[in-house]
Amino acid sequence: MSQATLRIQKISGHSGSVPGKDTQREELVCKLIDTTTCIGCKACEVACVEWNDMPFSPTVFDNTYQTMPETRWNYWNLILFNEHVKEDGTLQWLMRKNGCMHCAEPGCLEACPSDGAIVQYTNGIVDFQQDKCIGCGYCIAGCPFNIPKMNTVTKRVYKCTLCTDRVSEGLEPACIKSCPTGCLHFGTKDDMKDLANTRAKQLQEHYGFANAGVYDPPGVGGTGVIYVLHDVTKPENYGGLPSNPTIPLSVKLWKNPLKWLGNLAIVGGLVGLFVHYLKFGPKAREDEDIKQAEAKG
Amino acid sequence: MSHPDQILPHGHVLRYTLKERLTHWVAAFSYIYLMLTGLAFWSPSLFWIAAIFGGGPLARILHPWAGLIFTVAVCFMFGMWSHQMKFEPVDKEWWRSLHYYITNQDDKMPPAGRYNAGQKLLFWSFFYGGLVLLLTGLALWFTDSIPWNLRWLRYIAVLLHPIAALATIGNFMIHIYMGVFAERGAFGSVIRGDVSLAFAKRYHPGWYQEIVGSTEPSK
Repeated sequence: MSQATLRIQKISGHSGSVPGKDTQREELVCKLIDTTTCIGCKACEVACVEWNDMPFSPTVFDNTYQTMPETRWNYWNLILFNEHVKEDGTLQWLMRKNGCMHCAEPGCLEACPSDGAIVQYTNGIVDFQQDKCIGCGYCIAGCPFNIPKMNTVTKRVYKCTLCTDRVSEGLEPACIKSCPTGCLHFGTKDDMKDLANTRAKQLQEHYGFANAGVYDPPGVGGTGVIYVLHDVTKPENYGGLPSNPTIPLSVKLWKNPLKWLGNLAIVGGLVGLFVHYLKFGPKAREDEDIKQAEAKG
Repeated sequence: MSHPDQILPHGHVLRYTLKERLTHWVAAFSYIYLMLTGLAFWSPSLFWIAAIFGGGPLARILHPWAGLIFTVAVCFMFGMWSHQMKFEPVDKEWWRSLHYYITNQDDKMPPAGRYNAGQKLLFWSFFYGGLVLLLTGLALWFTDSIPWNLRWLRYIAVLLHPIAALATIGNFMIHIYMGVFAERGAFGSVIRGDVSLAFAKRYHPGWYQEIVGSTEPSK
């Protein structure tokens, strides 16, 4: 994990290939969040705000252990709280650290029209380049996790960078460093998957969570942030984590068939009109032709 | 009923008043800006167009405002022209004879009134296309204010906005072609406001008769 991890492998709104893509093999980085050992202490929230030097953001108290309803342009890391009533009537406090999932197939990047405003590094981190952002908000429509948030003053969109600046220097993201329970881990995707599966197995075999499992949704090609959940069959219980997230169908339709059909129709129409003019020409030369026609008729 | 007062010197007749022409050009310039900046956001291969208009962020800020200007112009057009754009029996015949119109055999066309059936369709498709663009455009303008449980609004808007835009671009291309290249004299009518009587008689025989009050059957 050196500067080399910041080689770009996907670029938003870019026609043509990505320079230097696939010339070097990189490990994918991954953040593992074990919701079963999270105590909801918010150290990661504070570390995120501190490291990224974000201004103070007012909190919203709603009688739960949640700091505010959802992430903000300047609050990228939020622990979602749910007091879940189990079938046997007992309660379970579910804490899920929410933030950008760093999808392998990012909907934000797919939807973005601005060349280079969203990039995916070869280590898998999806990063917004605000200097190239035009503030259209298409990334908001493209994201299945409700993550990109607009700064309404500067009209730029922000989200978790997975601490690109730290990772490129060989450090773990700030949230990982701050976690007191060790529920957050950072490493290569393969290592984190291995660790997550071991933990899920432990939960199944020793703690009675028969449905414990790893959340690494295939609908977006897998994610650079994976969860261990007590019950992987009901991710919605964890602050509305989608069970099968995908890039929204309308964004896919727009970027795939519609874009090419539309471009073809525009070019076809222009060619058609030009050929029509060459074949039939103008209807009449206003006065002279009409007078001639009248004289004949 | 004749309107000889609309006849101008040198065998010309007033077709569009100053108000009509001004409205037309407000709509035209705002539409062209909307179309070009819209194409920039539509496809990454066309994003370079944004540079012509001061870059992506500025184009993104001004595009919705231009949309409001276009909306106001279309509202004026609706007020001025909607009653003239009602489809009439002659319009059905006009569609049946469309192939004569396309192949420039205008003498075989049924007598169109002030607007022919194609112009009426163009008006209504711009009107309804504009309405869809306005509604979906509002959802895209304030996209970050739409709460997560109403996200389907965003999904509908990102797909319907370009579909409606493509439909109006098709209209626009035909409109420019007819007005600038195919019907000589038509472009002058939205600049000076008048057309020759010969133009009126050839393309809008019904309207011509209304003005000169001639009972002579049109060809």
